[in-house]
Amino acid sequence: MAKLHVTTTINGEPTEFLCEPHHTMLDVLRDTLDLTGSKEGCGSGDCGACSITLDDRLVCSCLMLAAEAEGHEIKTIEGMADGDKLHPLQQKFLEMAALQCGICTPGVLVAADALLKKNPNPSETEVRYWLAGNLCRCTGYDKIVRAVLETAAEMRGAAE
Amino acid sequence: MTEIQYVAPSTLDEAISAYAAASGAARIMAGGTDLLVQMRSGMVKPGLIVDIKKVAELNAIEQTPEGGFRIGAAVPGAVLEEHPTFGKVWPGVLEGLNLIGSTQVQGRASAGGNLCNGSPAADSVPALVAAGAIANIKGPNGTRELPVEKVPAGPGKTNLAPGEILVSFTFPARPKGSSDAYLRMIPRTEMDIAVVGCGVSLTMEGDTCTAARVSLGAVAPTVLLVEDAAKALIGSKLDDAALEKAAAACSAACNPINDKRGTIAYRTKVAGVLLKRTTAIAADRAKGG
Repeated sequence: MAKLHVTTTINGEPTEFLCEPHHTMLDVLRDTLDLTGSKEGCGSGDCGACSITLDDRLVCSCLMLAAEAEGHEIKTIEGMADGDKLHPLQQKFLEMAALQCGICTPGVLVAADALLKKNPNPSETEVRYWLAGNLCRCTGYDKIVRAVLETAAEMRGAAE
Repeated sequence: MTEIQYVAPSTLDEAISAYAAASGAARIMAGGTDLLVQMRSGMVKPGLIVDIKKVAELNAIEQTPEGGFRIGAAVPGAVLEEHPTFGKVWPGVLEGLNLIGSTQVQGRASAGGNLCNGSPAADSVPALVAAGAIANIKGPNGTRELPVEKVPAGPGKTNLAPGEILVSFTFPARPKGSSDAYLRMIPRTEMDIAVVGCGVSLTMEGDTCTAARVSLGAVAPTVLLVEDAAKALIGSKLDDAALEKAAAACSAACNPINDKRGTIAYRTKVAGVLLKRTTAIAADRAKGG
């Protein structure tokens, strides 16, 4: 079967790959490009562990065909830190122990980052609704929500 | 896995040609949030996926010369939410669309996809029906228009002919004092499928309702336009007697199934309750705007 040749941008790097028409973006990220930070939890868009951004919009990479990346800009968890310097959300999640097993964490971080870019001062309710599609079976969510709110406050302070 | 082909045409005519040529083996992909799940579970095995997100008409948000809106069938809910005026004129349509799934799903899922997926519980459809939205359809034999309530044919089925693509929705101009609302009953607060959904669109002159459309989801094989409920509201001051009559009309229109989400008796009763609650929200908005 003829593979599709896709030219895209991933975490700012021009990237090309070959994929089958039925491959999801998550398949290609993990199995072709070795970007294994995005996780497959459910494969049906319920758990959010595969969250990425497509042209800065939060999506589930399991619900996107890899072929759709053509000409678009993808960002994944691997592009979040600045070299060795963690993103403030990543740093705060460590400080506040907002993770246990870590499987949901890349998706939660990507989703939280998308929220703070859109709304630097979210309420607790807004954080909870925004992250409703990121399932965590360990933390009970409280630590995640507090870490996001705390990061938002710090980032607002740093921006002043 | 059977061989699948993928095309992403940039014009509507190319999309229709590719879709029609595949004669039934093809599936249209807008946001893909239903299609990819169905493919993964083996429910559908398309020979061809026609991705219509590069077609301009399916992604446009425009104001019509008549003072209404034309919304591309593939416009994601998150994009429509960012439009400066659509959600002010049609808050119920927007809230129905953006009750679908998570933030991630809303970044992709569209009203056109929700309608063509054919679920009786589709959250955006009752609000579209209440709004009086028109589906603009184009196929190998030209264009036609259908009221949204005429599009679903049953669970998973639509009245679109082979090769026809849903292009956009047209929303009428709104008289002063008009608004709408959508409510659904779910046992959780988020991320669930409607047990009953209710869309209400109203025009108020002072305290009197002068125009109304009422729609119910998840209580019949297709989303319903409940004209008897609208008749009970029109001309009234939305007093208790009118609301009781409209609620009874909603319950009478129900033809639901028993399933794990709700029984026939529960759905039939809740349809009337939701009519009252949704009407109250729509009326408040109409009086405020």
